[in-house]
Amino acid sequence: MVDFTLWDIVRNLLLAARWTIALSLIAFIGGGLVGLLLLVARTARWPLAEPLVAGYVQLFQGTPLLMQLFLAYFGLALFGIDTSAWTAAAVALTLYTSAFLVEIWRGCVAAVPRGQWEAAQSLALSFSEQLRYVVLPQATRIAIAPTVGFLVQVVKGTALASVIGFVELTKAGTMITNATFQPFLVYGCVALMYFALCFPVSLYARRLERKLHVAG
Amino acid sequence: MSLAEPTLAHPTGAAAAPPIVDIHGLRKSFGSNEVLKGIDLQVAPGEVIAVIGKSGSGKSTLLRCINGLEAFQAGSLSVDSQPLLHGNAAAMRSLRQRVGMIFQSFNLFPHLSVGRNVMLAPGLVKKTNLIIGEAKARKLLDRVGLAEKFDAFPDQLSGGQQQRVAIARALAMEPSVLLCDEITSALDPELVGEVLRVVESLALEGMTLLMVTHEMAFARKVSNRVIFMHQGRVHEMGLPAQLFGQPQTPELQQFLSSIND
Repeated sequence: MVDFTLWDIVRNLLLAARWTIALSLIAFIGGGLVGLLLLVARTARWPLAEPLVAGYVQLFQGTPLLMQLFLAYFGLALFGIDTSAWTAAAVALTLYTSAFLVEIWRGCVAAVPRGQWEAAQSLALSFSEQLRYVVLPQATRIAIAPTVGFLVQVVKGTALASVIGFVELTKAGTMITNATFQPFLVYGCVALMYFALCFPVSLYARRLERKLHVAG
Repeated sequence: MSLAEPTLAHPTGAAAAPPIVDIHGLRKSFGSNEVLKGIDLQVAPGEVIAVIGKSGSGKSTLLRCINGLEAFQAGSLSVDSQPLLHGNAAAMRSLRQRVGMIFQSFNLFPHLSVGRNVMLAPGLVKKTNLIIGEAKARKLLDRVGLAEKFDAFPDQLSGGQQQRVAIARALAMEPSVLLCDEITSALDPELVGEVLRVVESLALEGMTLLMVTHEMAFARKVSNRVIFMHQGRVHEMGLPAQLFGQPQTPELQQFLSSIND
């Protein structure tokens, strides 16, 4: 039997951690962009946007991410769309993340006092200018803490992508455990790596929050 | 609810000039509650009008209709010959450039410095370039006595200072009409004077002003015409001396005596 040194374990986990990072970035960026688009659609009261976005949020918040990954991977294939694991994971994580972010951000926009909209309106700013220069900067400050809190959940949630064939951090940990029979050591390393990913994000958010508060 | 001989006064002698604010048959409801029941009002350029009345009489709503913050159901309204057309973004933008508004709660933008508060709208709407915009903002802040606060943030200012910044911000758009919605009601008593002095100087310079106010002494001193609103109608209107001195309707008499209590 091959012997695994601690370095072998850590190295393999680090390689797998790349996928966790990649999946997280896809979720952040894709989910952030779609979330922002939905937020604007809803805030601008585009026709039908309100019920459609509400339905979207209910649908993706009300079903497990695991099911969404299965459906994206196997479901799309039923319609003759050839999905790679990448596409499926990107789609599912984007939908899932955006559904939560749009709801978090909607609350933050609603928390900006009405008088701010009215002052901007009375200065003849267009809707997009009101949103961009007056409301969103204030909503962003409110949004940082809950957004980061959720993004940390998403980092950990990427572990579910293993079910459609991704060998990311958690899956790699399981495979290495099967070979080394040292579950405590291996999963301990896995946990530390998740922590190493999430902690800096929280730390950065706290700094950002402080910086924005000083500026206001 | 009959009107007691509303007297139209044009003390500026500008009766011949076309009205700068022209309101006909304005009706506004919130749901089934009609708050404005047919308002007719013509404001001459340079005229200073004080709107008084009990809370719920529709005076703030009337003001908010003039710059389109509230949509109305019937009637017509135009400012400087620009009709108010709800749902027409270009027309609203054009109208709002002619109408400045100052709010009870100041509504300064807390994430921007005082200078940026003043410069934001001219830069975006009138495409004023940054250097000219800044020079103008400094001049306006100087005018309201806050030249040294250009780089301060709103939360570092007192209420009176914030309200004066709000006045400078509204003036930066060079409006034809300025709407003041109970602008001293949220201030500590000792800060009211500094704001009213700025408003008075604007009146003396010929700015057209419509102000909803509870400062009766100020209304009497500065305005050319006083409007008493009651239950969504212009109940009595006339010269300040006349309205405060010889109120015609029992409602106004009661209102004035309740204030003096």
